[in-house]
Parts: sequence; C-alpha cells; structure tokens
Amino acid sequence: MTATLNIGLARASLETKLFFRQRDAVIFTFSFPIILLVLFGSIFEGDLEGTGITVAQLYSAGLIGAGVMGVAFQNLAIGIAIDRDDGTLKRLAGTPMPRAAYFVGKLVSSLVLAVIEVALLLAVAVLLFDLELPTDPARWATLAWVLTLGLAGAALLGIAVSSLPRNAKSAAAVVSMPYVLLQFISGVYIPFTELPSWLNDVAAIFPLKWMCQGLRSVFLGDAGAALELTGSYELPKVALVLGLWLVGGLVLCLATFRWTNRGEG
Amino acid sequence: MTTAIHVRGLTKRYGEVQAVGGLDLDIHTGEVFAILGPNGAGKSTTVEILEGYRKRDGGEVSVLGVDPGHATSAWRARVGIVLQTANDAAELTVRETVRHFARYYPHSKDPDEVIAKVGLSEKAGARIRQLSGGQRRRVDVALGIVGRPELVFLDEPTTGFDPEARRQFWDLIRSLAAEGTTIVLTTHYLDEAEALADRVAVIAKGRIVAEGTPHTLGGRATASARVTWADGYAETDTPTALVRTLAEKYDGEIPGLQIVRPSLEDVYLDLIGGTE
Repeated sequence: MTATLNIGLARASLETKLFFRQRDAVIFTFSFPIILLVLFGSIFEGDLEGTGITVAQLYSAGLIGAGVMGVAFQNLAIGIAIDRDDGTLKRLAGTPMPRAAYFVGKLVSSLVLAVIEVALLLAVAVLLFDLELPTDPARWATLAWVLTLGLAGAALLGIAVSSLPRNAKSAAAVVSMPYVLLQFISGVYIPFTELPSWLNDVAAIFPLKWMCQGLRSVFLGDAGAALELTGSYELPKVALVLGLWLVGGLVLCLATFRWTNRGEG
Repeated sequence: MTTAIHVRGLTKRYGEVQAVGGLDLDIHTGEVFAILGPNGAGKSTTVEILEGYRKRDGGEVSVLGVDPGHATSAWRARVGIVLQTANDAAELTVRETVRHFARYYPHSKDPDEVIAKVGLSEKAGARIRQLSGGQRRRVDVALGIVGRPELVFLDEPTTGFDPEARRQFWDLIRSLAAEGTTIVLTTHYLDEAEALADRVAVIAKGRIVAEGTPHTLGGRATASARVTWADGYAETDTPTALVRTLAEKYDGEIPGLQIVRPSLEDVYLDLIGGTE
C-alpha cells in the first residue's frame, strides 16, 4: 500500500514534469478558460437583477468549474489515450509497478494542475472583475471539498472515457465533444434559466452543474442564491451528486479500462 | 541444464484465425534464443503470451516457473521486456526515465551504471525526443534491464538500424548474455540470429517448423554442398572427396574454388516456403 502510494507520487511528479515540458499543452490548457473569462467578462457588463452581482463574477464561478473539469476530465482522458497509443501503458504493464500507482499519478498530477488553474482564474477574476474572495473560512472549506470531489469525479470519468477513442488521433475529438456540451448545459456559458427544463434535468445528471453550483455558493454568496433555480445552492445535494459520481466513476473505470488499444488486447 | 521457458501445445485463436496452433518450445536458462518467422506466423502472439500480455486459449506455459497467464508483480520483477514500438516519455531525459523505472523493481541496478552499459552516458541528460532511433532503442533496453531481470525479451530490436548501430547493439546483447541473462529475441534478420543466438526456432503458421543451432538448422550442416571451380561445378554430399580428386587433377591449387552450403537464409526461406 505504501509502495503503491510512493510510486504513485513519483509518477505524479513525473507526469507533472512531462506536462510542463509540453509548452503548447501548458499554454492551451491554462489560457483557454482565462481567455474565455476575459472575453465574457468584457462582453457582458452590468449587474444581475439588483443582486449586486456582476455577470463577470457569475462567469468567474462557472469558468473555474469548467477549468477544473478541463484539467481533470479532458486533459486526463486525452493524456491516457495517448499513453495507450504510444506504448506507455504497455511498457508499464510489463513492469512490476502496482497498477494503481498509475492512477494515483494521474489523479495527483491533475490535482496540481487544477490548483494552478483555479489560482490563475481567481487572480484574473479578482484583478479584472472585482470578484471578492470569501472571508468566511466556512466558504473556503466549501471551495476545498467542492473542488476535491468535483475534480476526483471528473478525473475518474476522464479515465473511463479514455477507453472510448480508438487511438490517440481521435481522442481530442471524442473527448472534447461531451466536455463542450456539458459546459453549455451546465450553466457555464449560458444561464440555466434560459435552458428548457429537460436540458437542466440532463445537466443535473453530470458533475459539472453541481460543481459550478457549489462554486457559486463560495464566490457569489447569499445574495446569489436567489438566482438559482431552486432559490438555494443545495450544498448537501451538491455533495451527494459529486460523491455518487466518485463511486460511479470508479466502477466505470474498473469496468472499462484497457492497457492496450482496441484490437491489440 | 535448467529450463527458463517451457511450452507445450500452446494455442491461440483470433476469431476465425488460428494464430498459434499447438506450439512446443523449450528455452534453457542462460541461452540466447532467437525466434524467426514471417509476419503473421504467430511469432508476436507467442512472445506476448510468454510476456504475460496476452491470454492463451490452451496449452501449458511456464516462464521462470510461473504461468504468465497469472503474472504477479514478483514475477514481472524477474522479467525484462524490450518493446518493439514505444515512443513514450519523449520529454523526459534518459536519466530521469531510467531512474524512475528503477523504482519499480525491488533489486534494481544503479541507473547510471545501466545507462553506461547501454552506451548512453553522454546522452544521460538529453531528452529522449532528441535521440536517434538507435539511441532510443538503447533506452528501451536500459528500461528492460534496470530491474536486474533473469530473462529479457527483445522484440525485433534492431529494425531500422544502420549497419554500424546494429553491430554495436549486438555487442550490447552479447554482454548481457555473458552475464548469464536468458535472452529471447525475435527478429527478421537472419544474420542477426546467426550472430547472436545459441539456438534458433522458426515459426510458421503457428507452429515451430524447425529448431536448432544456427549452423545445423534445417539440416544445414549436412545439406549437400555446391562445389564450384574454374571449369565446372557439382552438388555433392562429400565435398572433401571431390576437392581431393580435383586437387590431384590440377596438381595443387584448384582455380576459382568455392564450396557453399545453404545459408541460414536459404534454409529459412525453404522452411517457411514449405508451409505455404
């Protein structure tokens, strides 16, 4: 168990190193949500129905959620599909490395990336769009558990989805579609009040909507609760759904994970 | 002589295709064993079953006394695998990669020693992406041997090498063999098998069609020889007698004398052709 954890952490440091040495991936992964935040924040100015909350602040909360999902879900799923394609997984499977160490490495390295991503987005939101950082420690605690649960759930989902693409070339297309769709229906870009109720129901199945809802509770505060569909941030429900995804994602991973490309195993 | 690999009646089928159809194989501890065979003959399937990558349909397989169908990590620590196509970890340096892989093994060798052994000391700080094809395969070998394996699988290790790089690579394999490591080598190059292997097996249509030392394979040593000289030629089972006769006839040196036995390539092509 300790061996698995130690090797897992060594893999995490290796994975993180590998990520930062791929300049284009670094720039694209981190800048995408930041550019969107600057763009949306600049286009849509003004307050939301007398709550004192600006549209830019609303987008900040949503894009932090989307950014975390980008790192955990998209980046991870594409990364694993590439590992499967270029021989990384096959090579590892031929060594005595505990198999779980590979996943520990992926999860911990995406946690590192997510923390950096959130810090960057928060800095932009605070500097450009007057987002107020919470002063109440309870809200920071909420931020911590929402991000941890959301990240872990999204990462496990990413690991499961990584088995869908036939090879690394198709991975970006296969993985990006559900990610982009989820952002549109989960209240990241378009206010959920403008979506038909059935789409809101679909979004409620997936973790992104709940992660964003939890993040709004942290950054928009009590005044923003009135904007929610139910008039409340429903934090217990957020915890429940994200927790369920964690378990479901784990089961899905164990059932679908392949150490080789389809047709080779 | 102890047995490193013992296979009896191995079978594997992919849908309608019988990739391996009742294959027997014995590889002794400490020998360099080459497996030859055309693409699609069942060579890779057999080796991947031995490596624990693939499940077999039937037969008996023991590698270092363990059934690779139920590979444990303790067993994997004793086996080194040098893969045919791996392009991973391009942005890591040679040293980072070898050091990292050393962590997976309970009794690993010193990473810097391994890097020196595969001849990459000067490139230890270079990123793998910047290496030539031959240097990259040396990294693969380094990763395959860093765990101090008793048995190493090398899958077509010199494909795409220039002649000089191949010779250097052969020296590396020989030095591994000299340490007592059992080596199982698959290759398309018959000169490679001849240069490195103690014994050779030819696989065709999922079976072993011939097995022996490179010099005796397929009756090579006893096959009739073709004797050629300035004024004629003859196929004979007793070339020495013929040469003696000729020497008397010419009273000394025989002009343009050549005695040729079938090359390993002749024997090989004959063996795999015979199964068509």
